[in-house]
Amino acid sequence: MNVHEFQAKQLFAQFGVPVPRGKEITSPEGATAWANELNTPVFVVKAQIHAGGRGKAGGVKITKDKGAIAGLAKELIGKTLITHQTGPKGRTVHRLLLEEGANIAKELYLSILVDRDTGWPTFIASTEGGMEIEEVAEKTPEKIIKEAIDPAVGFQGHNGRNVAFALGLQTMEPAVINPFVQMLGNLYRLFMEKHAALVEINPLIITKEKTLVALDGKVSFDDNGIFKHEDVQKMRDLNEEDPLEIEATANNLNYVKLDGNIGCMVNGAGLAMATMDVIKLAGSEPANFLDVGGGATKDTVAAGFRILLKDPNVKGIFINIFGGIVRCERIAHGVIEAAKEVKITVPLVVRLQGTNADEGRKLLADSGLKLEVANDLWEAAQKIVKLTGKAA
Amino acid sequence: MSILVNKNTRVVVQGITGKEGSFHATQCKAYGTKMVAGVTPGKAGQEVEGIPVFNTVDDAVKRTDCDTSLIFVPPPFCADAILEAADAGVKLIICITEGIPVNDMVKVKRALHGRDVRLIGPNCPGVITVDEAKIGIMPGFIHKRGVVGVVSRSGTLTYEAVHQLSTLGLGETTCVGIGGDPVNGTGFVDVLPLFEKDPETQAVVMIGEIGGDAEEKAAEYIKKHVKKPVISFIAGITAPPGRRMGHAGAIISGGKGTATEKMKALESAGVRVVKNPAEIGHAVMKALGR
Repeated sequence: MNVHEFQAKQLFAQFGVPVPRGKEITSPEGATAWANELNTPVFVVKAQIHAGGRGKAGGVKITKDKGAIAGLAKELIGKTLITHQTGPKGRTVHRLLLEEGANIAKELYLSILVDRDTGWPTFIASTEGGMEIEEVAEKTPEKIIKEAIDPAVGFQGHNGRNVAFALGLQTMEPAVINPFVQMLGNLYRLFMEKHAALVEINPLIITKEKTLVALDGKVSFDDNGIFKHEDVQKMRDLNEEDPLEIEATANNLNYVKLDGNIGCMVNGAGLAMATMDVIKLAGSEPANFLDVGGGATKDTVAAGFRILLKDPNVKGIFINIFGGIVRCERIAHGVIEAAKEVKITVPLVVRLQGTNADEGRKLLADSGLKLEVANDLWEAAQKIVKLTGKAA
Repeated sequence: MSILVNKNTRVVVQGITGKEGSFHATQCKAYGTKMVAGVTPGKAGQEVEGIPVFNTVDDAVKRTDCDTSLIFVPPPFCADAILEAADAGVKLIICITEGIPVNDMVKVKRALHGRDVRLIGPNCPGVITVDEAKIGIMPGFIHKRGVVGVVSRSGTLTYEAVHQLSTLGLGETTCVGIGGDPVNGTGFVDVLPLFEKDPETQAVVMIGEIGGDAEEKAAEYIKKHVKKPVISFIAGITAPPGRRMGHAGAIISGGKGTATEKMKALESAGVRVVKNPAEIGHAVMKALGR
């Protein structure tokens, strides 16, 4: 789960990581009130959406004129921002972060995540602050500094010093070395205690006043760890999520919307991905990833149908179930019942394999429903693509 | 021969009195696996399908000589359960539970490091040595004793591959589900040498998916150390970057971990990569010259 920049900065502050004074704003009046209180030479107004590239898309405004703040807030709230991370439809801005400006002397990059290779939490730092870190890693890999933290003992001072000296803070600004080491310790605590998946500060700045400030912040959380943290759960912003994905989550389904025409419903994540791949091989594109889980029942199948049919791009549905512990005839019953409940307006191909597959296929064939039954994965994919037409 | 588990493996089920635990303990027992003990704190003295329940894994080990644990404990308590099994001296821990927080697994993996214990999973279907021991949630009947070793990050996709191998008459030796989480106990590179050494295994099917670099690591290992034919499918070529595809580990981040990169790495190591998951079985036939 992702959170907004202002929420990330609230967490930073809570863990002793310095951030600019700022506040979440949802109206021009609120903006004016906070600007008066903030009383700073430079104001920064930042659109809050769950995507990077806001600056280039016009979502960040800087002004010295307190009187202009309300107008900027009015302009940004309700505006649709299109960045390289939002997709062509963009995201509507519902809230802003209004904060004090900073005197930037130097920009750095800093993040922490679990290195899957070692299984250890690892800091990534670079002198190339403000840049896309993926780009830095590709073009100038020597500018990427990594420091793994032993989870058995946690963060140690030397971990922080290793990063500080590798970054060249001693020549850059020796006064920030100790605060920097302390900051890394605090970020490690935040990362582990809150079950974060990524904590990123880009840029982390050294100010002309020789202090460190997290000028931007991004935190994403491990979905499996959120249950432990009520404060994190409250940070969820449904405006930033696809409504079909929200409905799927409420029905215990794992759904990701994609751009193709063939809706698919599959049990198991790996098989669901393989089903998407086979649709592409057969000449079309999947409309979604949908894993109905191990225990596909009538209710889960019905919920799946409803979600797939709400996507106007869906021109056909492909159900691919490998019955293991769940028996195929039960799934066939589920499909038949669900199809009666939800009016299916597009071609449907059902492929059943595994436990009692023959029985399941017979039930479907005799149900009177308008659907095609298949045994084999490839045969099924070709059938649904034929019924819906190849992708343009 | 086979790898990891066989007919002599003695299994304790942690979380045996829960719905999943009792159902699958029963299924494993029916398959012929030696299910000798169960553990649920506070429920010692009970029985599940004739399997005695103990309060602690330590008790279970002392009383039944179990050497392998199968875990169904819910995610919030699962890290504790894995460490309990390790501390009790269990040598092989197979963790089925899905949804363990990554940072919990970070600590578990570190704690197990350097100890004489192997963790399979979490978030995996388990391990089966055909006709000897089923220690997991896979449907036993789709398997047929044969010559192919299977190692996979996915559950139902493994069943798909196994079904093809069985239908074509090739059959399997042992199938190992290593799980779909970003931090897990056993990787491809840990299982591949076992199959390479196993005289009964003639070919290996390796099923990967997007995310991480386990497949790239496997490719490096195969290039240097594996002589047996390896056939591979990588799921997720259609998956967009930045979106998690069900498994916590199945996410393409920062341009890394794409299916295309993995396929390329494997192909350059001499692995036969199939693009169509429906063709895994046929590719193995071809590799074995049948």
